[in-house]
Amino acid sequence: MRRTMKQFGVLSVLMALAGVAHGAGPQAEVIHWWTSGGESAAVRTFSEAYTAAGGVWVDTAIAVGEQARSVAVNRIVGGTPPAAAQFNTTKQFLDLVEQGMLNNMDDVAAKQGWDKVLPEPVLNVVRVKGHFYAAPVDIHMPTWFWYSKAAFKRAGIANEPKSVDELFAALDKLRAAGLIPLAHGGQPWQESIVFTAMLANVGGSELYLKVLRDRDAKAIQSPAFKEVLLAYKRLQGYVDKGAPGRNWNDATALLITGKAGVQIIGDWAKGEFSTAKQVPERDYGCIPGFGPKSPYIIQGDAFVFPKTSNAETVKAQKLLAEVMLTPATQVAFSNHKGSIPVRMDVDVSKMDACAQKGLAIMKDKSRQLGNGEVYLNPDQNGALSDVLTAYWNRNIPVEKVQKDIAAALSN
Amino acid sequence: MHMKVHTGHVLRTLVSWGALLPMAVTVIVAYLGTVLWSLKISFTNSRTFPSDELVGFAQYTRLFANERWVLSLQNLALYGVLFIAACLAIGFLLAVFIDQKVKGEGLFRTVFLYPYAMSFVATGLVWQWLLNPTNGLQQAVRQMGFEDFTFDWIIDQDMVIYTIVIATVWQASGLVMALMLAGLRGVDEEIWKAARLDGIPTWRVYLSIVLPMLGPTIATVLVLLLTAVVKVFDSVVSMTQGGPGTASEVPAKFIMDHLFGRANIALASAGSIVLLLTVVALVAPFIYARSRAASKASA
Repeated sequence: MRRTMKQFGVLSVLMALAGVAHGAGPQAEVIHWWTSGGESAAVRTFSEAYTAAGGVWVDTAIAVGEQARSVAVNRIVGGTPPAAAQFNTTKQFLDLVEQGMLNNMDDVAAKQGWDKVLPEPVLNVVRVKGHFYAAPVDIHMPTWFWYSKAAFKRAGIANEPKSVDELFAALDKLRAAGLIPLAHGGQPWQESIVFTAMLANVGGSELYLKVLRDRDAKAIQSPAFKEVLLAYKRLQGYVDKGAPGRNWNDATALLITGKAGVQIIGDWAKGEFSTAKQVPERDYGCIPGFGPKSPYIIQGDAFVFPKTSNAETVKAQKLLAEVMLTPATQVAFSNHKGSIPVRMDVDVSKMDACAQKGLAIMKDKSRQLGNGEVYLNPDQNGALSDVLTAYWNRNIPVEKVQKDIAAALSN
Repeated sequence: MHMKVHTGHVLRTLVSWGALLPMAVTVIVAYLGTVLWSLKISFTNSRTFPSDELVGFAQYTRLFANERWVLSLQNLALYGVLFIAACLAIGFLLAVFIDQKVKGEGLFRTVFLYPYAMSFVATGLVWQWLLNPTNGLQQAVRQMGFEDFTFDWIIDQDMVIYTIVIATVWQASGLVMALMLAGLRGVDEEIWKAARLDGIPTWRVYLSIVLPMLGPTIATVLVLLLTAVVKVFDSVVSMTQGGPGTASEVPAKFIMDHLFGRANIALASAGSIVLLLTVVALVAPFIYARSRAASKASA
């Protein structure tokens, strides 16, 4: 009896100590959707940096972006919000801002000079009515043209295509050599990426902004936009029969094994190539766009901080935002993630060849464009995606597609 | 003595109402209440969060101008008819087969019912792999020597809905078989003896005598199958993700997409009210007919 009491006593003292130790640094529960191998390694750089700064990181990883976002919204509305939740640098969290459900990070922004080091498309998304409501953490470019050097050699393509016409010529050569010209995963978001690539490279930056940012009906009905849609549909002819429903990484695998020539997908594909021990410029090539003024399409991830008056949580949120945007953490994170740092003033000399190409373009402000979702809310973007994926899979007259897009974007 | 009976009667009534109270509350609040709330939301312009700004029938107009929604309704109608017909036919035939007092009846019953133990998601995934033209059935038959065999329905815009029918019929027939078998076993031995005496062939007995006797069983089966049709979502998501493009879209998937990914709960609510009205429109005449038959029978 005495021994049991003694053990009980020791146990309760230990538990009390553990409780005290648990409340050591500011605790932050973070909801995110980075569950794949490379993404987990990337988010670990954040948690390690936060722990080193004295905080306690509580990880709540939920697979699939849409799932993670709905859990975050439900928890915020339900009254048990996390300290931070991941969204994309888009209008996804605008409703949360307008309902007054987020804390702003103005002090951290002032301290780190966000308005000086973040690119303008990103600033326009995270800064609403003069306050900073999200901490952006990376920049991804979704419309890179990747190609397999082995496939190109087999098809007898000596030089990298330098224009859209040369791209189509290369695709023809790949088809003649019996390879899959364009590796594509038949999912609506991937078709949106191919469309964005054509709008940027065939339509140009001005038409891009008129259609996606201004939703100008005249621009959508114009012959120039018709050319963009026809180029987009033309690419569908170079895709193999097994494309519908294929995942993006299975399409990248076709490039890695040399069965396909080109893929239009974002810089997250670099992770696949590196895992297969392939090196840029030796085994695969990366083209950010065609022409000297090709735009750099910006999309990315950002963390929002749900409203709370709990002083400890607010402290945790500010520390989190600060840690995520320090230059060293930015570089470490981007190296694992395949993105480029969201801060334009970090030392990127050690990043790989493709990242360097992207960064060079990013330096030119006039070439920075946001992804469709930066300008369109989820509903408009979804309606546009429906029209595009229907056009990709079916033979619809292009004039009808233009009308449908105008209707989709007018909501 | 009269008073005692009266209070006993009152007490019994109170107790029975008390027992029904939790169920009544659930039905009124959870079922009716949420339907009314959805109806209200469908008349507003709510996006991620419910708002109180009424916009009349704007969401319904937008709904029916949306090609994807109209296609989903067409797909649901086609899917519903084929699914119910195929399940009834196959389930009945399987039940008849087992009713013939075959050896190993227990084993056959288990085998036929086993697919129902799988979740819709697992079913959808497995059938997606089977029907994949490059790695599935088409490839297997081609490797056996039939070079021209094509079975690429799952990537064909017009045929993809039939693949969903195939996968879900495979899963649900077992349940129909189990229910029909129970019904068949309730048929009196005397009927069989009398039929044999009259020299009626077995198939004729099943068709003209036994099947009408299975009326209540078939009604139960129809209710179960109809709810499965209206709910179809997980099979579509795991087999084709609504693709290729939007060819295999179904209303439940449209509603779910707009509730969460598209952050437009007003449009999703409008869609769900339309779906509810469709089901009510289908079921109401049937219920009316049955209640008239019941009142005629008791008259």
